[in-house]
Amino acid sequence: MKRIWGVLAWFSALVFFAPVAWMVLTSLHSEPDAATNPPSVAAPLTLDGYREFFGSGPWPSLINSLSASVGSTVLVLLLAIPAAYALSIKKVDKWSDVLFFFLSTKMLPVVAGLLPIYLVAQYTGLLDNISFLVVLYTSMNLPIAVWLMRSFLAEVPVEILEAAALDGAGLVTTLRRVVAPVAMPGIAATSLICFIFSWNELLFARVLTGVVAGTAPVYLTGFVTSQGLFLAKVCAAAVVVSLPVLLAGFAAQDKLVQGLSLGAVK
Amino acid sequence: MTAVKEPVVETTGPVPPVRSGRVGAAARWGRRAPLLPALLFTIVVTQLPFAATLVISLMRWNSLDPTNRGFAGLDNYVAVFTDPDLRSAIWTTVVLTASVVLVSLLLGLVLALLLDRKFFGRGVVRTMLIAPFLVVPVAAALLWKHALYNPDYGLFNGVLSWLFGADAPQPEWISGMPLIAVEAALVWQWTPFMMLILLAGLQSRPADAVEAARIDGATPWQVFRYLTLPHLRQYLELGALLGSIYIVQNFDAVFTITSGGLGTANLPYTIYQTFYQAHDYGQASAAGVVVVVGSIVIATFALRVVSSLLREEVRG
Repeated sequence: MKRIWGVLAWFSALVFFAPVAWMVLTSLHSEPDAATNPPSVAAPLTLDGYREFFGSGPWPSLINSLSASVGSTVLVLLLAIPAAYALSIKKVDKWSDVLFFFLSTKMLPVVAGLLPIYLVAQYTGLLDNISFLVVLYTSMNLPIAVWLMRSFLAEVPVEILEAAALDGAGLVTTLRRVVAPVAMPGIAATSLICFIFSWNELLFARVLTGVVAGTAPVYLTGFVTSQGLFLAKVCAAAVVVSLPVLLAGFAAQDKLVQGLSLGAVK
Repeated sequence: MTAVKEPVVETTGPVPPVRSGRVGAAARWGRRAPLLPALLFTIVVTQLPFAATLVISLMRWNSLDPTNRGFAGLDNYVAVFTDPDLRSAIWTTVVLTASVVLVSLLLGLVLALLLDRKFFGRGVVRTMLIAPFLVVPVAAALLWKHALYNPDYGLFNGVLSWLFGADAPQPEWISGMPLIAVEAALVWQWTPFMMLILLAGLQSRPADAVEAARIDGATPWQVFRYLTLPHLRQYLELGALLGSIYIVQNFDAVFTITSGGLGTANLPYTIYQTFYQAHDYGQASAAGVVVVVGSIVIATFALRVVSSLLREEVRG
């Protein structure tokens, strides 16, 4: 009787994983084999789909996504760690009001600010410029990072901080030598989560970028315009674009839920 | 405008010694200094655009007719609520968000309960279940549209022909049931998220209370109904509210799977379209304000839940 639960869990995992497995399998088939009904599961494997995808010139968009994601993640950390310090270790007055202000900005739908942001980009000549996306992705992830870093920094023992203060350590020294080592796992998890959200973003990238600064998700949406069979190619593209997120997500698995719930759930 | 006021969380835990004594103005600003860059950045980048949206929503402004720009009062709002397309977009957003949140919450609960037991290969099962959430949303939408739903060679109809041979039914998934098609793809992505939150909730459940109830002869159902479920309540609320915040803003799935056609255009997609194709800035902004007002209603509840969790953490 007890075994049935394990069997059920395995069954549901297979059902949920099937589309992912199917995406990978299809990406390794030739186009004619990918488009059969019933599906040809045992068809010979080939890397043609990947060859075609990489031959279509995706590198600029992948590099744009990488710069936007890494750039905004670095900026987020630079802003969020000191802020979290002021909200958890040396608390400002009304720290919880500030914390909730950050959270409430996350609940403001991005689409509501789209038009003014577009107009600003247009007037400042920053349309189709990756640095503008970096600024937007930073604002998108900053509340998450502040909340997360606060919950991690709250775990830094007060005694060590007192000792550092007695030794006359300033803010920068305290942050670098005392707080950072203890909070390092939290910083890593925060970075991975911010990276995932920036990498995934489509709406801003679609509206604000074009040929020069288009990101990987934008490239993906434009990938299915070709004539003829394209399924294997599209699956290969989906695998390549998802791979960084899958790796980052599995690496941050334990902290994923804490990050997604803004640090509310441990 | 968007900052939903919340009661200050009382610190009842041990007060750190740095807080004791009178804090002078210079010291107060010293404390604030590390916070200011992040705070200013957030206000400028997230609050100013919204304020501008609010102003534009009261204006007559179409980029194709730039000379005819001026104050329009509430005309754009009247247009939003009387335009059948926008009205249906509001309704679609409500249906889409509610159904995806409820179904993925329910499935997530079942999966979390299954994963809360010990069985062979639990780590692998957990990893496999998280995978759908880690597929890039656009890629997931493309996968569902072309590799699963396609009536000629998609996996769904392929499995049907496997099972039932040549006369198997071959439904047109997307054109036959467009909204359900979008919802199913989203449920697939969001169920792992709900599962993770609920699993964290289950694992924080006090084990001794469950043990005591078992010894007192409670059935598994009674344990679930009177111990587990009440404990999970705030985690269920949190999952529902965070899920709502993310899904109410969904753009990728609607854009990719149906391009907003066949009655699946939700508000984010409609705003994108009004602004991108119709160039009616005033009306797009008014629709944006409507989305924000709806989100604030949800957000007020969400903040209350998060604040109660935070309070427990501070006390605990």
